[in-house]
Amino acid sequence: MKVGYYPGCSLEGTAREFGISVEKSCELLGIDLVELEDWSCCGATAAHNTSHLLSIALPARNLALAERQGFDQLLSPCAACSNRLISAHKEMAENEALRNDVAEVTGLPYSGGVTVLNYLDLILKFGLTNVESKVTRKLENFKIACYYGCLLVRPPKVIEFDDPENPQSMDKIVAALGAEPIEWEYKVECCGGGFTISDPTLVETLSHDILQNAEAEGANAVAVSCPLCHANLDMKQAAINARFRERRKLPIYYVSELVALACGATPEETGINKHFVDSYTLIR
Amino acid sequence: MARIGVFICHCGENIARTVDPAAVVEAAKKMRGVAHAVDYKYMCSDPGQQMIKDAIAKHRLTGVVVAACSPRMHEPTFRRASAEARLNPYLCEIANIREHCSWVHDDKGAATEKAIDLVRVMVEKVKKDQELYPIRVPVTKRALVIGGGIAGIQTALDIANGGHEVVLVEKTPSIGGHMAQLSETFPTLDCSQCILTPRMVEVGQHPKIKLYVYSEVESVEGYIGNFEVKIRQKATSVDPKLCTGCGACQQVCPQKKIPSEFDVGLGTRTAIYSPFPQAVPNKPVIDRENCLRFRAASRKGIPVEECTVCGKCYEACPIEPRKAVDFSQTDEVVTEKVGAIVVATGFDLYPTEAYGEYGYGKHPDIISGLQFERLASASGPTAGEIRRPSDGTVPKSVVFIQCVGSRDNAKGIPYCSKICCMYSAKHTMLYKHKVHDGQAYVFYMDIRSGGKNYDEFVRRAIEEDGAVYLRGRVSRIYRKDGKLAVLGADTLSGKKVEIDADMVVLATAIQAQPHTDKLAQVLGVPYDQFQFLSEAHPKLRPVETNTAGIMLAGACQAPKDIPDAVAQGSAAASKVLGIFSSDELEREPIVASVNENVCFGCFTCETVCPYGAVEEKEIKDRDGNVVKVVANINPGVCQGCGLCVATCRANCIDLAGFSDEQVYAQIKAL
Amino acid sequence: MATILEKEAIESFAQEVERAGGGAVADCYQCGKCSAGCPVASFMDLLPHQVVRCVQLGMRDEVLKSRTIWVCASCQTCTTRCPKEFEIARLMDILREISLREGTVAVSEKDKLRFHRAFLKSVEHHGRIFELGMMQDFKIRTAAQQAAKDPRVLMHDAMMGTGMLLKKKLRFLPDNIKGKKHVKEIFDRVRKREKSRVNQ
Repeated sequence: MKVGYYPGCSLEGTAREFGISVEKSCELLGIDLVELEDWSCCGATAAHNTSHLLSIALPARNLALAERQGFDQLLSPCAACSNRLISAHKEMAENEALRNDVAEVTGLPYSGGVTVLNYLDLILKFGLTNVESKVTRKLENFKIACYYGCLLVRPPKVIEFDDPENPQSMDKIVAALGAEPIEWEYKVECCGGGFTISDPTLVETLSHDILQNAEAEGANAVAVSCPLCHANLDMKQAAINARFRERRKLPIYYVSELVALACGATPEETGINKHFVDSYTLIR
Repeated sequence: MARIGVFICHCGENIARTVDPAAVVEAAKKMRGVAHAVDYKYMCSDPGQQMIKDAIAKHRLTGVVVAACSPRMHEPTFRRASAEARLNPYLCEIANIREHCSWVHDDKGAATEKAIDLVRVMVEKVKKDQELYPIRVPVTKRALVIGGGIAGIQTALDIANGGHEVVLVEKTPSIGGHMAQLSETFPTLDCSQCILTPRMVEVGQHPKIKLYVYSEVESVEGYIGNFEVKIRQKATSVDPKLCTGCGACQQVCPQKKIPSEFDVGLGTRTAIYSPFPQAVPNKPVIDRENCLRFRAASRKGIPVEECTVCGKCYEACPIEPRKAVDFSQTDEVVTEKVGAIVVATGFDLYPTEAYGEYGYGKHPDIISGLQFERLASASGPTAGEIRRPSDGTVPKSVVFIQCVGSRDNAKGIPYCSKICCMYSAKHTMLYKHKVHDGQAYVFYMDIRSGGKNYDEFVRRAIEEDGAVYLRGRVSRIYRKDGKLAVLGADTLSGKKVEIDADMVVLATAIQAQPHTDKLAQVLGVPYDQFQFLSEAHPKLRPVETNTAGIMLAGACQAPKDIPDAVAQGSAAASKVLGIFSSDELEREPIVASVNENVCFGCFTCETVCPYGAVEEKEIKDRDGNVVKVVANINPGVCQGCGLCVATCRANCIDLAGFSDEQVYAQIKAL
Repeated sequence: MATILEKEAIESFAQEVERAGGGAVADCYQCGKCSAGCPVASFMDLLPHQVVRCVQLGMRDEVLKSRTIWVCASCQTCTTRCPKEFEIARLMDILREISLREGTVAVSEKDKLRFHRAFLKSVEHHGRIFELGMMQDFKIRTAAQQAAKDPRVLMHDAMMGTGMLLKKKLRFLPDNIKGKKHVKEIFDRVRKREKSRVNQ
């Protein structure tokens, strides 16, 4: 299986573990990732909050590049990036005037030939039975709260991925790895997204409720597939504990890290050593 | 020699403002065959009609053209006037110079010219009109009522008490419908079964009502006054003539945990069962999908008579010498001849499973309004005590959410289900009366309580029984520490609100019964995109359909409450009694007929006829040998739509009152 | 004193929003489901359904000066659950853009805007975000206000930053892409078009 690969800015920076584990897990599964040459930032939340045209043009540049480089499928693990790429693709498909405007702005007309996949999509397309056959170390003592957040599943008419109220794709993947996905009530509740730095109070309040419910329902780990969610739940867990006077230590894994671990990678090869919250306790 | 009278109506200003009546009169006088032409302000008034009658007598008119409003308005009026003046009414035609002329044009000159053209065209038509006489068809004075809920029960009783036999078909094992499942009814808080069961018993005992339960209508042939209906009686596996309803079989049946349809899944029943204690008829049926003997027989692939599994009901049956339980019973199809049909199939509810944000119907304490009725009902699974299905405890806070599925373009249906505001208020009162220290909350968008004493009823719930009404929808419900966190909004105070409730009741939308489209197609009645059956006119003909002889009553037409369903039931009955009031029915003679000399029997006309009016007719020679088979149009069924006339390849079908000759003459006159 | 309602004001704001792709505001029947499910409603002044109401009634000022449109986290819960399929989150984007153009951004939420600006400046210069540079830019713009709001924040951010550097999650140097000029061109062309639109 061969797909184009759009890492997005954070996978090279603050979400380095996501980048490392996506590449490692694909290597172990036998999925060939070919990085999009000279990709640029998709604009994320900042663009669509301030300029509609810019928020379509920036992703459109990458979609057009992908087309010209011969990719019909493009893996975009970051939930914000994949959401923006899919939204841009859809809006241009439905609005001819916009499509033409964007083509003038980017100088690269896009004809709609790229399907954008998030990481969960990719693994499901690869096939759960195929994943199971590559598992060498079952994640047996993991009780995982699969946390999807907002951008992977909403808005459903645009993203068209899984069920926006009770998605199951990540649950199925971790189950295939031998872990136990738990039923809990904050699967798709917002963590505060991109306000990590600009409004910590907001993020800490929202993310606290997520961690609290996961723990209350019996989870000993949380799985995510989004750099913003990971930052808010892992990097900010200490700040959350401080604000709410709690002492929680709930490890937050990228689902790609779990796939890589289960398929035989060492913890360092997956990047979990970069987590802020100790994520080794369950692996001993 | 044609002597045609032309009468131009002003219709006050409606016509006269745009069409010059005097000019039309002048032009008409010059048309060949016109013996008399006048204008008048209101032709349909008594003096106007008198003018026509007087003119017919004085000028010995052979035909009449009234240039006025649409024939759909006053054609019957002017035809009656003509008949009273001894002129065959089908020699009176209408030129529509209002809807087709004065109401759609501004230019007075051009409109007047057009009106003159329209008059000329109708004059030419009348010259070739034939005298026509109404067709008479016999009437079978028996009625079929489909559906044994409150609307069907009311219809059946009214027709039967009106002196005519009724065949009542009900698809479940007992009549009663949804009303039998209710606890108390608004706005009086009458016990539902207490007011319903006397009617049910009356139906069961009525000498003029023939009751088929556990049955469905399979096919309908024929036309008004003369329907032939095939009814499939599903095998109940119990002989109703022998069974006394003692209930011994139900006591011993080992399959005790089947979810009860009557209790909407909150209670259980056995495989041989009667849906509720007051069922009419009180004879059980065997649910063959869950009966151990039938299941084993089907699994082993043997006939049930050879199967020896279970059979406890048969053993327990005390009837001698032959038991009432009869496993060998099969479906039976019976034929009934009736003259009129009333459809009263009622409604179904939108599934709670449709809403992911409300738990996909999986949480036991998030229930539907009908399930709440079963909890509150004395004959229900908790003997009338309000208890949480999950653990049987008494809930101290209950949230009622209105409009679940209703007024929802995204996930439900866009219409309002009409009854939920009222029954939610009722639920808060029933709850408060049973749980004195409980708190009821209602999330609503609007309160629709337009009936008699309805708004006072809702205010009582708020002002006397302490229900807290919050204006806003609920975004989601989730489990929180053994309770249900309900996240809603109160737009009036401008706040997002959360209630940690013990139980949540969803007022789910009303929808048509499943497969109503199939039934409508069997009957030949129109229905809308929601499968509600279509009334003939929303304001003025609410209980008739466009198919002559078929009436509607109750929620199958649109969501409605019990008073309206009962009113419609009686209204439909009155239409039926009207049809039965004479021994023959008169039908419009605007029907098609086939020239048998030319027809060569291709029957293309039959394939296009929407009403099934085309029959086969054998043409025989003197020795009785069949020479050819031709098409023959049944004048009792034909609606005069003209499709066959247009389709006939041999051009040998003509329409009385709209013959080819007439139409060509009209076209030539333009 | 009553708010005077005038046809002109009501229609023009609704049309402005509709022209920008915001959908027909008359569709909203104010059921409040969006507000009920909004995770950040408690940080807002106007609730989401009240924002739509103000647009319906032509109350431009209230909406464009509100904190709400900047606090909105674009989580799309509102759009997903709206029974009239009205795109509230999209409306928020449009109102943000108008508010920016007219310079009416709520003071208490300016930090969020500063973050967006720092982010986009980094993208414009490098083609991708150079996170360290962006953080520095943001901190310079906002340190005073942030400290005034909650001094612990600066400390936590500093700790986080140090942690990220130690775990090699932050690069010291930017990663300029080959097409960085192309990306700058995109920004310039967008700005030109937006300026010309304002003058129309």
